[in-house]
Amino acid sequence: MIKFTVNGQPQTTDADPSSPLLWYLRDELDLIGTKFGCGKALCGACTVHIDGQAVRSCTLPLSTVDGRAVVTIEGLHPSGDHPVQRAWRAVSVPQCGFCQAGQIMQAAALLAANPKPTDAEIDQGMSGNICRCGCYQRIHMAVRLAATGV
Amino acid sequence: MLQFARTYTIENVSRRNLLKGFAFGGGLVLMARLLPEEARAAGMHEQQYATGSTGMPHGTVNDPHVFVAIAPDGTVTIIAARAEMGTGAARTSLPMIIAEELDADWSRVKIEQSVGNEERYGNQDTDGSRSVRHFLQPMRECGAAMRMMLESAAATRWGVDPSQVRARNHEVIDTSSGQRLGYGDLAAAAAALPTPPVARLTFKDPSEYRYIGKETVQIVDLFDITAGKARYGADHRLPGQRYAVIARPPVVGGKLVSFDAAEALKVPGVERVLAVQGWQPPGTKFLPVGGVAVVARNTGAAMAGRDKLKIVWDDGPNKTYDTDAYRAELQKAVAMPGEVVRNQGDFDAAAKSAAQVISAEYYIPHLVHTPMEPPSALVYVSDGKCEAWAPVQSPGGTRDDLAKLLNLAPGKVTLHTTLLGGGFGRKSKCDYVLEAALLSKELGIPVQVQWTREDDIRNSFYHAVAVERIEAAVDADKKVIGWRHRSASPSIITTFKAGVEHQAAFEVSMGLVDVPFDIANIRCETGAAPAHTRIGWFRSVYNIPHGFAVQSFVAELAHALGRDQKDMLLELIGPPRVVDLRQTVAKDMFWDYGEPWDSYPIDAGRLRNVAEVAAKEAGWGRTLPPGHGLGIAAHRSFVTYVATVVEVAVAPDGTISVPRVDTAIDCGFHVNPERIASQVEGAAVMGLTLAKYGNITFKNGRVQQGNFDDYQMVRIDESPKVTKVHIVPHPYEVHASGVGEPPLPPFAPALCNAIFAATGKRIRNLPVGDQLKT
Ligand code: FES
Ligand code: FES
Repeated sequence: MIKFTVNGQPQTTDADPSSPLLWYLRDELDLIGTKFGCGKALCGACTVHIDGQAVRSCTLPLSTVDGRAVVTIEGLHPSGDHPVQRAWRAVSVPQCGFCQAGQIMQAAALLAANPKPTDAEIDQGMSGNICRCGCYQRIHMAVRLAATGV
Repeated sequence: MLQFARTYTIENVSRRNLLKGFAFGGGLVLMARLLPEEARAAGMHEQQYATGSTGMPHGTVNDPHVFVAIAPDGTVTIIAARAEMGTGAARTSLPMIIAEELDADWSRVKIEQSVGNEERYGNQDTDGSRSVRHFLQPMRECGAAMRMMLESAAATRWGVDPSQVRARNHEVIDTSSGQRLGYGDLAAAAAALPTPPVARLTFKDPSEYRYIGKETVQIVDLFDITAGKARYGADHRLPGQRYAVIARPPVVGGKLVSFDAAEALKVPGVERVLAVQGWQPPGTKFLPVGGVAVVARNTGAAMAGRDKLKIVWDDGPNKTYDTDAYRAELQKAVAMPGEVVRNQGDFDAAAKSAAQVISAEYYIPHLVHTPMEPPSALVYVSDGKCEAWAPVQSPGGTRDDLAKLLNLAPGKVTLHTTLLGGGFGRKSKCDYVLEAALLSKELGIPVQVQWTREDDIRNSFYHAVAVERIEAAVDADKKVIGWRHRSASPSIITTFKAGVEHQAAFEVSMGLVDVPFDIANIRCETGAAPAHTRIGWFRSVYNIPHGFAVQSFVAELAHALGRDQKDMLLELIGPPRVVDLRQTVAKDMFWDYGEPWDSYPIDAGRLRNVAEVAAKEAGWGRTLPPGHGLGIAAHRSFVTYVATVVEVAVAPDGTISVPRVDTAIDCGFHVNPERIASQVEGAAVMGLTLAKYGNITFKNGRVQQGNFDDYQMVRIDESPKVTKVHIVPHPYEVHASGVGEPPLPPFAPALCNAIFAATGKRIRNLPVGDQLKT
């Protein structure tokens, strides 16, 4: 039995402990905001928070979340208005949008740990997340906007 | 209004570049090109013009009864019939055009995605940068017709003459009495009216636009995307559905011999393992290649099960495909005369009389799209019906392919287009939807097929590999008097038909035969290039290799002749004029992106202008820090003109970075400048990715790459630091062209020209990889 919380809701499962968290979130809980992009911790599309840290759920065995708190994009803010989400809208970041939940979760964790990152720290902190549409210029602007208001 | 610093500017068109001969409507009309205010005064925005939409299956539809529904509370629902893959065209820009002419309040507009049904909505194949080009007119007509129906309903209600009522921002006003009614109050009466004929429609004066050409509208899915609520191909759920992944033949044309599922079936959650029917190309269109499916209670279990399969394949005729050997074959092909596709003047005579002949050969490898969302689809076949949810570029085509596969009438198939997590041409092939249909039919339950990234990279329809060889004859005055370009690259037609060895008209017309240079003697040839894998569309298609070669070679000529890159480029483009290829290109080998020539001629003046705008904005000629260089490239594709200046910085160890990109785009009349800018910004990243890393290689018929570790993408820390977009504005009279693809082709040559300026090292073979490493 693995016990943990997802977006504050207690979960108990006897699913295969070696199976990745991503598929439990998507296929058992229907939390479809977390995306599958590579399955190998290479793209960041599946990023969630575990005890506040950004983690790639596609390679994370369920067993490792036992006793911990998982937050997905759906639980980042009750009305979807986390400062990072608001900044993303102000800058019109997305193109196709598929990578954006992962980008936003990564940025939120980055700013929680480092509220005033330098430009180089933004680049470094966000470099695990691929955007094939190439929205990086606006992602950078949005992270800076969320951090500094400009 | 958006709150952020814009990433783009709207450039003034200088009169200097304007062309006198301008094609318009059904025939060539000679007239001075008009400035926006003059065009307005002339009422140009009222006139219709021909587009290639009439040559597309099911053409276009402009009927508001099809696209617009107004609820009693005034909510205007606009149908988005094309696929939304990130350009914003389908779900934001086209509906915006309707809302503009309808004079609707955008905050009261809702967008509903249609099912695949081209008989009802017109062509839905979202490809070829055509959405705004083909649907600007019908969407305006649709909005204007709906507005006039509302006005007419109000006039009847009030018993007044229709000429004295006016629709304005979601209300109709009686200009004599001042009484007003909301669109919701008039909706039922207006909807009951017949659609007025196009000839009777009146359009807004462009000076009154509130949405078109403005930055007042953001993409409609912005909130859902950022809140994690937007639904893509794998995000729909049906009761009792199962999740499947498929092991496919590792070599195109291969077949399943046998498999052992014992270990796979032991994985918790795995329920079934079964063979899936497959077809071996060529000639199989988008039919899947077959393989072994693992069906499970969740996607992770299906993947884990697939890892445990033991499969024996018969690799078939392509098992020796090796891209190193193939490259040598293509090099041999361009070393000898090929099929002549354009012949103007006499290149051989020019070469004989030349003071020098300069030549260079370029290599552009296979690429694969890797949209962030790998292919996936949910399909339920039951009771003689089929319902599917899928991220497809061609919803109508997919519905028809499903119907054909399942032997159902098209009316029995419902295809819901989800959002696409990127397309780039991959999702114009619906093989993954057909796979889910085969499995659902076999199992009698809803099945969602998920492709892994490895599947996406190893079982795709690849961008064609190419070898391009260009020779220029130069006279004693250093004037280029002859140009011969040979291209050897497998055709996309090879996927559809056996025995094809040369590029087709639509392929050679993407940057080979349509080179708009002012050179007396031009000869273009294609070399034989039989295909050994599936070749398919990739964003910008053959413009990538052809444009890379042509625009790199221009800079090589500049260097050889002691000229500035930009000056050389402008000299070769020559004076503003229409470049009419119809006499010099071999019969049926010129294709103007499916557009009528008179509406979209090749205009050298517009190509010059974008080059000049990009150069000016980039500060061409400015002093740069050591290790930096500027490169320029200009290319017309999809009837749009784009020029890019890249500033590169090459570190002492050979690492490249891009401090700045300036791109000028002339896409005619523009609808959504904010989304145009986002496409151009994105193309700079995709261009850098393909130039730096893009390389799909085959050994023993198998793709050697598999995921983002060995098929790398540019990430935020290496992406261009600043991309500035300069939009060349035009009045409605200069027909809207297209934006999704045209910004990509100039990037790689501009980058490599910049690398040469910085280092003196010429990159002729893509990707750059570690060629600069010291
Ligand atoms: S899907 Fe997890 S990092 Fe790519
Ligand atoms: S917005 Fe499409 S992948 Fe990032």
